[in-house]
Amino acid sequence: MYIAASLAILVTMTLAIARALLGPTVYDRILAVNLFGTKTVLLLAVIAFLYGRPDFLDLALAYALINFIGVLAVLEFIQNRGIREKAQRAAKGE
Amino acid sequence: MATVLDVITWMMLSLGGLVMLIGGIGILRMPDFYSRLHPASITDTLASLLILGGIVLQAGWSLASLKIAAILLFLLFTNPAASYALANAAWTAGLRPETKTNNKE
Repeated sequence: MYIAASLAILVTMTLAIARALLGPTVYDRILAVNLFGTKTVLLLAVIAFLYGRPDFLDLALAYALINFIGVLAVLEFIQNRGIREKAQRAAKGE
Repeated sequence: MATVLDVITWMMLSLGGLVMLIGGIGILRMPDFYSRLHPASITDTLASLLILGGIVLQAGWSLASLKIAAILLFLLFTNPAASYALANAAWTAGLRPETKTNNKE
């Protein structure tokens, strides 16, 4: 039963990767990568029980923390892109 | 008792896998960004709840259950926040949902 769940998670991760590669806007790509990170957390939790190694749960917990902060950081980067470009043009004297 | 728990775990894990697959197909097939947020939310909430709940039933009262509960609580708190930040950033940047009058050119 763990194998079935992990296979479903792996297929969903593949579909999310496909959307991240296809995505017309940058926000589609960020959404797909966020989904991929969440599914990684679930996959780690399932694998911990599939192989009987509960210490993998610590990795899943750490990955959940990193994923959220990473998505927020990338969003902040994208949001300020126009302002930074304007500042660079002003510094060049255009 | 153990058999009953096994059956419940099996059902929760397969239901969670099914919901997860539906969400994955949805994120690939939905037409625009704002509608793609919905299947992403499905996999983040219901599928995580079912799969992690099924695992907790197998773990019983132990430290592993506590860790899984912490993971689940954290996912349930942060995923709406991330979805909101994403949609807010897209809206602020001028991305609008597709409608009948405002079609894809």
